[in-house]
Amino acid sequence: MDYNGAALVAMVGKECVAIASDTRLGVQFQTVSTKFQKIFQMGKRLMLGLAGLATDVQTMKERIDFRLKLYTLRENREIKPKAFMNLVSSMLYEKRLQTTFYTSFALFLLFSRFGPYFINPVIAGLDNEGKPFISTADLIGCSTESTSFVVSGTCSENLYGMCESLWEPDLVPFKLFFTAGIVEVVSNVHV
Amino acid sequence: MLFSEKTRTLDSILNADPVDSLFSDLLPTANNNLARHNFEVAPVKEATSFVKKWNNSCHENLKIKFNHGTTTLGFIYQGGVIVAVDSRATAGSYIASQTVKKVIEINPYLLGTMAGGAADCSFWERQLALQCRLHELRNKDRISVAAASKVLANMVYSYKGMGLSMGTMLAGWDKRGPGLYYVDNDGTRLKGKLFSVGSGSTYAYGVLDAEYDNELHDEAARELGRRAIYHAAHRDAMSGGFVSVYHVKEDGWEFVSRTDVAELHSIYKTDQFLPVS
Repeated sequence: MDYNGAALVAMVGKECVAIASDTRLGVQFQTVSTKFQKIFQMGKRLMLGLAGLATDVQTMKERIDFRLKLYTLRENREIKPKAFMNLVSSMLYEKRLQTTFYTSFALFLLFSRFGPYFINPVIAGLDNEGKPFISTADLIGCSTESTSFVVSGTCSENLYGMCESLWEPDLVPFKLFFTAGIVEVVSNVHV
Repeated sequence: MLFSEKTRTLDSILNADPVDSLFSDLLPTANNNLARHNFEVAPVKEATSFVKKWNNSCHENLKIKFNHGTTTLGFIYQGGVIVAVDSRATAGSYIASQTVKKVIEINPYLLGTMAGGAADCSFWERQLALQCRLHELRNKDRISVAAASKVLANMVYSYKGMGLSMGTMLAGWDKRGPGLYYVDNDGTRLKGKLFSVGSGSTYAYGVLDAEYDNELHDEAARELGRRAIYHAAHRDAMSGGFVSVYHVKEDGWEFVSRTDVAELHSIYKTDQFLPVS
């Protein structure tokens, strides 16, 4: 979880949500890239942020994309944020028991990947009525909704501190708390 | 000539028969280095192994945590010595400070750099400054860089194995001309023309080795030092903040510049990364 590093934050404002991340990709203390994407648009009003092991961030992004396309095709409509959260959550839980409950060696080879994906997703979006929705989940899909802010990544303590002091209900110029997210990104690991 | 005015009175202090009690603490009376600094050591047979026990990884929660990560460099060239450092202090992945002074001004002709434990470096280099001053008073002449570095090396060597953490460079100018020494906590003392110390040193060496030339003119040399630290600060998460540059010449050291890494980033436009995924 600390291998590549990330800082992710999502916040609720007045009829709006905000999501922010850093773009550093590191190997421990070595900066490998400063243009690594960690926030992805999953719908017109739906954003997904993935913090954690970079390889799993990319893999999960592709897999979620795939599942989302199937969902959209079957339902013929865009997914709601809450349903999307459940989708991500169940995809993460699929890997929960993988090491213990393989019924055959063939199945093991087919999904020969040990344990869960090492990621902490953050979801931010607006539902059909324009109501803000933010949530986060742990690496095996235990999701938590929030009406204020959620944080994720290696410097979550720092992010909590900034959010606790800067966030207030019904913020309109939510660009301002974008800055809040970026401020502590600056104060953590990035130049 | 340097101290002709003051020396008379100081001489009388130094040679006074009943040595002033305040002064006697500072004078090296015995060969025992431990006694010299009046440090309490663990009251056990083997102080070093006792200290190691509490610095062992199996006592993670009891382990003394130091500020590590740094990039410092120094090199000798035709125009003197360039010393450049970053200013970040880290404790794990937390940035404790972005405004640390990692160049220690020992006297107008001697500079020390700081890498490793901040407290260790500042304490022992201050102790070195004291010894250098006493050398001046006793010998009516400035201490050479070689001698100063040996004083430091001997001091830290007497505490070898007791958990000191420092990687330092001493830069200065004496009768032999420009001088540069590397001294670290296990007693290593190296003379050289080019050093870089700290977690970002490999990055700094990359820039330095590619661009270094003895015949560099002053501005190019200062810029090389600045650039090397910048690149290290860019790649190494434990280095950053501000880049400070010092220049040591025949008439002593001169502070050159202190620049924000973010500002250097916009000047150098280091944008070699392509968007990923």
